[in-house]
Amino acid sequence: MLTAALTIVDGYLIFVVAPTDQVLGHIQRIFYIHVPISILSFLGFLVCAVAGIGYLIRRGEMWDRVAHASAEVGVVFVTLALITGVIWARPVWGVWWTWEPRLTTTLILWLIYVAYLMIRHYAPTPQQGRAWSAVVGIIGFVDVPIVYYSVQWWRSIHPVQVIGPEAADDALEPIMARILVFSLIAVLALFTYLLLERVALRGAEDAVSAIRRQGNYE
Amino acid sequence: MRLLSATLAIAWKDVRLEVRSRDTVVSALIFGLIVVVVFNFGLNRSPGSLAPVAPGLLWVAYGFVGVLAMNRAFARELEQGALDGLLAAPVSRDAVFLGKMFGTLSFMLVIEAVLLPVFAVMLDLPTLSPVLGLIILLATIGFATVGTFFAAIAAQTRSREILLPVLFFPVIVPVIIAAVEATDLVLQGGPMLAVWTRWLPLLVVFDALFLVICPWIFGYVFEG
Repeated sequence: MLTAALTIVDGYLIFVVAPTDQVLGHIQRIFYIHVPISILSFLGFLVCAVAGIGYLIRRGEMWDRVAHASAEVGVVFVTLALITGVIWARPVWGVWWTWEPRLTTTLILWLIYVAYLMIRHYAPTPQQGRAWSAVVGIIGFVDVPIVYYSVQWWRSIHPVQVIGPEAADDALEPIMARILVFSLIAVLALFTYLLLERVALRGAEDAVSAIRRQGNYE
Repeated sequence: MRLLSATLAIAWKDVRLEVRSRDTVVSALIFGLIVVVVFNFGLNRSPGSLAPVAPGLLWVAYGFVGVLAMNRAFARELEQGALDGLLAAPVSRDAVFLGKMFGTLSFMLVIEAVLLPVFAVMLDLPTLSPVLGLIILLATIGFATVGTFFAAIAAQTRSREILLPVLFFPVIVPVIIAAVEATDLVLQGGPMLAVWTRWLPLLVVFDALFLVICPWIFGYVFEG
């Protein structure tokens, strides 16, 4: 309920209250969604790595459910961040995609966590899937900062061809900043809601498969 | 000491197997050559040298060949329950990991050493220097560490051929970037400052980090 209310109010703020950007025009409004979901997808992968470590140490099913759910929500958010980024980049930068450090890192992040979800799917037993994905989640999380720095160094040698998203940050009006913070809270609420629902659903799925296994033995 | 002797025993087992059968190294060499030939048609639109894209081509070929070698390293263990025997051996999981890793590392270095002069001719590379050898060694350690780890997971699934590259390449991106950039600078023969202050340290940090993490969590790969 709270999430729905926040999201609706956020939509109102973004489309009605927020001033139209003088340089970028209406397309700039995508910024209020793009930035929060990018930030929260990182939170998702942090939660995933921490829950993965928790699972390997404590072995609770709950740790694994949280890890899986946060990785799924994180992948959805990164996918949306990439899509909104591409939509925003086309009119502003003139290209759909550019190998700028942040974009490149985000794409690799997406690939790593898609592989994380794949490994669960391909594991012969659920127990292997849990341990393997925890391990991949840890490696992925360690790897991402290295990817970011290496991509940044890689780009700094070559001519820089675009202005980063910083340009928008500099010109941020106080009203815009406040709406961005509100969006961040709304998306955080959405993130938490999706995470909790997914964890509960995973619990139900596990219960169903346990009952089904029991039925097979009888 | 026990760790070292067990590690060397496992690596030596893989090397002896390979020396007798020669199936991985020979097919990997031919495959490496094919990668260059195929890329030649993709990239060489006007008649001329492929030298400007040579560093990228070299490392793409090394990466593909490496995945092939790593897949083989663990696929072989699956035959006739060899993996169970290896895991039942009274040695630590660290020794199993490091043994397989050194085995893979030695195959890859041999393959790379044979392919390098061939590439130098085909791609018209200007110079070969000792620094290039250092870059190849450090990058290959990174490849073999991450690759052996993921190969151990992928080998236990139905779809190991596709799962290994899907897991391996995104994680290895920093190594590929550092290796390509450093190779480019070495081959150009220009200022080497960035090689020493940036790319080689990046490779060292990557290798050190994953040489600590991978053995640490390797035990969890063989659950269930």
